[in-house]
Amino acid sequence: MQKRYHLGVIYSRVRVEEKWIFGAMEKRGVDYERLDDREIAFDLDHPEPWQAFDAVLERSISYTSGLYALRMLNAFGVPTVNSAVVAEICGDKLVTSAVLARAGLPQPHTMTAFTPEAALEAIETFGYPVVLKPVVGSWGRLLAKINDRDAAEAVLEHKATLGSVQHSVFYIQEYIEKPGRDIRAIMVGDRVLTAIYRKSAHWITNTARGGEGELCPLTPEMEALCLQASQAVGGGVLAVDLVEHPQKGLLVNEVNHTMEFHTAQPVSGVDIAGEIVNYVLEAAQAARQVKEQAA
Amino acid sequence: MNTVVCPECEAEITLEASTEVGEIIVCPDCGVDLEITALNPAACQLAPMEQEDWGE
Repeated sequence: MQKRYHLGVIYSRVRVEEKWIFGAMEKRGVDYERLDDREIAFDLDHPEPWQAFDAVLERSISYTSGLYALRMLNAFGVPTVNSAVVAEICGDKLVTSAVLARAGLPQPHTMTAFTPEAALEAIETFGYPVVLKPVVGSWGRLLAKINDRDAAEAVLEHKATLGSVQHSVFYIQEYIEKPGRDIRAIMVGDRVLTAIYRKSAHWITNTARGGEGELCPLTPEMEALCLQASQAVGGGVLAVDLVEHPQKGLLVNEVNHTMEFHTAQPVSGVDIAGEIVNYVLEAAQAARQVKEQAA
Repeated sequence: MNTVVCPECEAEITLEASTEVGEIIVCPDCGVDLEITALNPAACQLAPMEQEDWGE
């Protein structure tokens, strides 16, 4: 007899991805609860209501809310997709870069500094253009392509003066002359489900910024690199963003832990939402088995 | 047929049958983002502004 699992989905907005995920839950007859991250609360003395979940899928738009929800749930012993540790790594570009570096994976040349003066010195070692990115943020927001020293001085001063303290963690990356596209690979567990090119004439190729999707044929090299990147950050349901460097070849640019797939699913024809739900069910099953063995 | 009135421009908007609570729709008249807050009866409010840590 198939066991029934009680799942939760933390979300902020019902985007098309959430609609597909809810649809996949319903198609499988899964007992699940929709948990709006603006309405939930965690009582540290009473984790029981949360412990009733066999697993929780986190789909918050707010990185901060999602991360702290995962931390609470993991502290309560509730399995989550993804784990708080994975979210901590993927939600911060610098932490991701550090983890990829530790794993020896190819990535764009990156430096960091904590004052405008030190950042300017670091930028000068790259030459121009160079890219400045906020360590937390998404959808291509606040990325700056710096073409010369004057621009570098201005942007660094603005970030230090106008931004929160986090904007003074300067994340500096080489500018890559990519072929008008980057690659987004969708990973579930150890499988690369599909990949798409995100094309744009603009140097920011994010589909949230108008980049268009096109199916990208998977190569063994691409699959191996995505798997290594996924394992380096802790694994789960992830989108690995790759860039094609004209000299260095494929580089891992980002790993996203609450990825959007509004373009990848229709372009590839792969039921990504269904695969995610299957993966959460597997996580629930594995956790239930551990619990039963311990009892 | 479910309809809502845009709080910004008062346009009457007909919702698709598949619309869900929590979904964001765009007012076809004024272009503002609206969040569907209820379906029976249908209600909406201005969607929250994008925050710095929003994303994927």
